[in-house]
Amino acid sequence: MSDAKLTTLFWSFLKIGTFTIGGGYAMIPLMEKELVDRHGWLSKEEFLDLLSLSQAMPGIFAANMASSVGQRLRGWQGAVISVLGNIFMPILIILLLAVFFRYFAGNHIVDSIFKGVRPAVVALIAAPVFKMAKTAGITWKTLWIPVLAAVLIACLGVSPIWVVLAAIVGGLIYGMLLRRKEARQ
Amino acid sequence: MIFWRLFYTFCKIGIFNFGGGYAMLSLIHGEVVEQQHWLTAQEFTDIVAVSQATPGPLGINVATYSGYTAVVNAGYAPWLGVLGACIASFAVILLPLLLMLLVCKFLQKNKDNPLVANVFKVLRPAVVGLVAAAAIVLVTPETFGTSPFEVIASIVIFAAVFIAAFFFRKSPILLIVCSAISGLIIYV
Repeated sequence: MSDAKLTTLFWSFLKIGTFTIGGGYAMIPLMEKELVDRHGWLSKEEFLDLLSLSQAMPGIFAANMASSVGQRLRGWQGAVISVLGNIFMPILIILLLAVFFRYFAGNHIVDSIFKGVRPAVVALIAAPVFKMAKTAGITWKTLWIPVLAAVLIACLGVSPIWVVLAAIVGGLIYGMLLRRKEARQ
Repeated sequence: MIFWRLFYTFCKIGIFNFGGGYAMLSLIHGEVVEQQHWLTAQEFTDIVAVSQATPGPLGINVATYSGYTAVVNAGYAPWLGVLGACIASFAVILLPLLLMLLVCKFLQKNKDNPLVANVFKVLRPAVVGLVAAAAIVLVTPETFGTSPFEVIASIVIFAAVFIAAFFFRKSPILLIVCSAISGLIIYV
C-alpha cells in the first residue's frame, strides 16, 4: 500500500470525473497525468496493467479504473473513495440538468433543439461500431457473431443481457473445444 | 416498488456490461425502455444527448438521468426523482466494484488465463453487435420525426453527423452543439 491519502485520492478522481467530457476513454490521458506524472502513485506499466484489467471487467470503464487504482493504493477504502470521487460531479451536473429540462419540457425552442439532436445521437452511436469492429478483431469468419447479436436484439427483441450471457457461454465452449483439439494433437 | 426495481435493474445492467458506454446503451434501452417502460425511446435519446455533452462517463450519466426520469414519470415528486437517480447510479457501479475488489485481491494474474482470453474472443464481437443494435432500435418516428419534412431533415443531420464522427473524428460534444443549432434553424 502507498502513502496516498484518501482525501487526495478523492480530489484526484473528482477532478478526473469533472473535466472529462465524452465518455470513459476520454479520461485515460487525464488519469495518466494525474496518477502517474503528478502524484507518482503508479508506474506507467502498472497504469497500463490496471487499464487492461478495467477493460476486461464488467461495468463502467472509468469506474473500474477508479476502483482498481484505489484498491491498489489504499485497499477497499481507496476503491470506494475513488469511485465516489469519480462519479460525484457527473451525478450532480446531470441532476441539475434533469430538473432544468423537466421545467422546460414542451417549450418550443427546447423541442426544436432536441428534434435536431436526436438523429445526431443515433449517428454518434452508429459511428463507433466500425471502429470497434476493428479493435474487436472481427474477420469474415467471425462477422456472424455481431450480426446475429444485432438481429436478435433489434429485430427479435431479445434482451441484450441474454446475448451477453450466450456469448460468455459460447466463449467457454469454444475454449474447451480448442483445448480438446490441442490435447489430441 | 419502483426504487427496488430501479436498484435491481441497474445492478443487472452494471454487471452485464462488457465493452464501454455505447454497449451499455443497448442494455439500458433493453431494460428501461423495452422491459420496464419507464422511458419512451424519445426520452431515452434525449437523455443520451445530454449525457454525451456533459462531463463524466456516459454510463453513469445515462443511469443518473434515467433513474430520475423513471421515478418522476411514475408520478413521484422531483425529490424522490433525485433519490431514484442516486439509486440507479450507485446500483450500476456496485457489483463491478465488489467484483473488482475480489479480483484484485485473489486473481491478479487471471487476465492472461486462456479460459478468460477465449471468452473474450466471442464476447468482443458480440458487444459490437450490441452497439449496432443500440443505434438501430433508435431509428423510430420518435427520433426521426413523423412528417416528410422532419424525416428528411433528420436523415440529413444523421448523415452529416455520421460522416463528421466517422471520417473526420469530430468530438461528440461539438457535433451535438452543431445539431442543436441546426434544430433551432430548421424548426423554430
